[in-house]
Amino acid sequence: MKDGIYTIAENSLIAAGVYKLRLVGDVSEIRKPGQFINIRLPGFYLRRPLSVCDVDHGAGCVTVVYKVVGKGTQALSQLGTGETLQVLSGLGNGYDVSVAGDKPLLIGGGAGVPPLYFLAKTLKDMGKDVAVVLGFNTKDEVFLEKEFRALGCRVTVTTVDGSYGVKGFVTDALPAAYSCFYTCGPEPMLKAVWKTAQTGGQFSLEERMGCGFGACMGCSCRTKTGYKRICKEGPVFNKEEILWED
Amino acid sequence: MGGLSVDLCGIRLDNPVIPASGTFGYGYEFAAYYDINVLGTFSFKGTTREPRFGNPTPRIAECTAGMINAVGLQNPGVDQVIREELPRLKQCFHKKVMANVSGFSLEDYAYTCEKLDREEQVGWLEVNISCPNVHGGGMSFGTSPDTAAAVVRAVKSVTKKPVIMKLSPNVTDIVAIAVACEKAGADGISLINTLLGMRIDIRTGKPVIANKMGGFSGPAVFPVALRMVYQVANAVSVPVIGMGGVASAEDVIEMMLAGATAVEVGTANLVDPAACLHIIRDLPAVMEKLHMDRLSDIIGGAARNG
Repeated sequence: MKDGIYTIAENSLIAAGVYKLRLVGDVSEIRKPGQFINIRLPGFYLRRPLSVCDVDHGAGCVTVVYKVVGKGTQALSQLGTGETLQVLSGLGNGYDVSVAGDKPLLIGGGAGVPPLYFLAKTLKDMGKDVAVVLGFNTKDEVFLEKEFRALGCRVTVTTVDGSYGVKGFVTDALPAAYSCFYTCGPEPMLKAVWKTAQTGGQFSLEERMGCGFGACMGCSCRTKTGYKRICKEGPVFNKEEILWED
Repeated sequence: MGGLSVDLCGIRLDNPVIPASGTFGYGYEFAAYYDINVLGTFSFKGTTREPRFGNPTPRIAECTAGMINAVGLQNPGVDQVIREELPRLKQCFHKKVMANVSGFSLEDYAYTCEKLDREEQVGWLEVNISCPNVHGGGMSFGTSPDTAAAVVRAVKSVTKKPVIMKLSPNVTDIVAIAVACEKAGADGISLINTLLGMRIDIRTGKPVIANKMGGFSGPAVFPVALRMVYQVANAVSVPVIGMGGVASAEDVIEMMLAGATAVEVGTANLVDPAACLHIIRDLPAVMEKLHMDRLSDIIGGAARNG
C-alpha cells in the first residue's frame, strides 16, 4: 500500500457514462490484476475505490475505467489533464493467475469489465488461450471490446436489449469448454455465473467501503472460510468460499 | 519530544495522540504502513465476550465532512484477541495498549475486562457504553447515569488497571453521566462516540445503511465533541480523553485547551492511513508557532483563559 500524488494524463469518455482515467505516479505497489486504487476527490470525504484496468510499470502509469454513478464520479469526470489526485495504490488481493489452466474464461458485466483487461493482458503474456464474454445493457455502453481483441482474446459481447452482439446475458454466451473462469460484475450476474459455471473460478466482489485497506470493517462478508474483508482478504474470492446472502 | 508527553491515569504517553477504537483494528494493518510506536498508544477494536460478525452491509455512508458507520462491533471475541491478536501486536508495538471493551450485560463487561486485566500489554481499559450500532447493549448502558455507574462498578471490581468510560453524545446531559461514572470509581472519561445519524438514497427511497441508522463521525462533528469535552472536563477531576472529528495537530491542541489530557483520532485514519503520523510530526511546529513549550500545560486552558 502506498499513498501518493498522481497527475491526470487522460480522463476521456469512452462509452455512455463511462470514462477512462490514466494517472501518472508511483505504481510500484500495483502487482496483480484485480487489485484496486482508492482515489481522494476534492470536496468528498471518503475515497473512491476503482479497479485497476491497466498498469505500465515502465512508464509509471495506471489506468482505471469508471462509470458515473453519483456525485463523486460525476466530479471526477470533470477533472482535466494535468490536475492531480491523491491515490492509495496496491489495495486488495487480486486474481490468482496460477489456477488459470490453458483456456481461461473471463466474464465481465458493465462496470465490472475493467479489471479483466489487466487480467487478460497478464494471461496472454503467460501464453494462455483467453476467451472473454462481456455483458452490457445496450450498444452505447459497450467498451474495451477492441482492446481485448487487440490482446488476441476470443471476445463475445452480449447486450440485454440485443442492440449489439448476442442478445441476452453473459450466461447465454459462455463457451462450451474452458479450464477456469474469472469474473467481475453486478451481483445478479455473479450469482448466475456461480450457478452456471462448470469449473472452479474466482469472483471479484464489491461493497461500500470506508477505508479500503482493512481498518474499518465496513465491507465485511461471510464466507465458507470465515469472515472476510472485501477490501483486504478480497476483493477476489474462490468459488468454493462464497456464501451468497439474500 | 518532552514537550509532547502527558500522563494518562498514571501512565506516561510520549504524546497525546491515540488512534480511536474501530478505526485502527488491532494495529498491524497500520504497522505494515508506518512504525506505530510513534503513537502515544492506541485503542484497539471494540472487543466483546463472544465473536461477532456485526451488522449486514452496506455499513458505510458518506456525508459532508464525515461518514456514517454501522459495523456493529465486529470482532473475534476476547479469547481469540488474547490468543492471536495480542501476541501479533506485541511483535510490532512495544508500548501499553488501550483495550476497548463492549458488552450486552454487566456480566459481559466484567467477564471481558477480567480476561484483559491479565494481559501485561494492556495499560488501560476503555469501556464502551456508547455504541449506537447494536441493540440491547452498548449505548443503552451509557444513556442513564445509574446504568453507566453500574458498569463502572462491575468493571472496577475485576481489574486494577485504569478504567476509562467511553461516553455517548446521544444523551440529554452528558455531564451527569460523566459525573456518575467518576463517583462510581472511573479513572478517566473518553468522549465522544459517534452521533446517531442516517442517510437515505433519494433514488431508491431507502436508507443507505442496511441497519438504517449508524454513527456519524468525521470533521463535521468536531465542534459538538469539543463542546462536550469542555463541559465534562470542567465537571470531573479525572483525566478526559477528547475525540470526535480530530484531523490535525491544531485540532489536538484545541481539544486539549478544552480540557482533554489526551486525544483520540478516529475517522481520519480511514481516509489517510498516516493521519496520526502526520499529526504527531506537525505538533512541535504548531506548538512553537503558538509559543507552547509543554502540551501538559495547556490542558483545560480555555476555562482558565476566559
